[in-house]
Amino acid sequence: MKLYKMKKVSRRDAIFMIGAFSTSIMFPIGSSASTKMVSDRIKEITNGSGAKESDLFLDLPEIAENGNQVKVSFEIDSPMTDKDFVKEVYILADGNPAPNVAKFTFTPAMGSCSATTRIRLSKTQNVHLLAAYNNGNFAITKSKVKVTIGGCGG
Amino acid sequence: MSSIKPRGKVPKKASVDEIIEIKTLIRHPMHSGRMKDKNGKIIPKRIINKFVVKFNNKEVFNMDLEPSISTNPYIAFPFKAKESGTFDFEWIDDNGEKYSMKRKMSVS
Repeated sequence: MKLYKMKKVSRRDAIFMIGAFSTSIMFPIGSSASTKMVSDRIKEITNGSGAKESDLFLDLPEIAENGNQVKVSFEIDSPMTDKDFVKEVYILADGNPAPNVAKFTFTPAMGSCSATTRIRLSKTQNVHLLAAYNNGNFAITKSKVKVTIGGCGG
Repeated sequence: MSSIKPRGKVPKKASVDEIIEIKTLIRHPMHSGRMKDKNGKIIPKRIINKFVVKFNNKEVFNMDLEPSISTNPYIAFPFKAKESGTFDFEWIDDNGEKYSMKRKMSVS
């Protein structure tokens, strides 16, 4: 009888423990950053002037099996001299609870404008890359990532 | 927390004007403030919020991290080798702690 009881509890516990022990971050459903929040953030960064759609190199998987570790890398064509360089690069996600993901501050000493990191995505969504040049121009691109297992087990 | 350990890969030698790649990783839970523990309690937010790189005491790169960055943040970035020197890497935790690492590079 005791064994039976334990079994009964363990199934529920097992489900619970999977949720608790997994390294996943729990994104509650319905609290994601909407597309509007991202466009508001873009407006804020660009002081209302908006950014030009351009062909920045943004490398993201088309399908991410695990939303907890999505590798993202980018490369922006720039001479990276004192007169002409990329000042800041933003990564924004429109399906996560908050639109901001990362902000990189570059200097001409780096010689090239690129970086790689790993991000969390709660569900299928667009990831935006916004580059701010030292001359006050902005460029933007986006990429859609399909997330199979999101923050909360899909 | 002693489990937080920064790691980095910087080439020991580089030639002048060569663009090298620097890879860093720090072991850190990056609690987003949304994950629950096994008792159903929310684990308070605690992340690395800033990463700063200096070369010969001059800041060359920094990054602002948000809760959407994965556990054990990995960051790779380029650098143009011009002279020999030392890189200072620093990660800043939400709780004010700083984790640092130094790497030397000789340029010929």
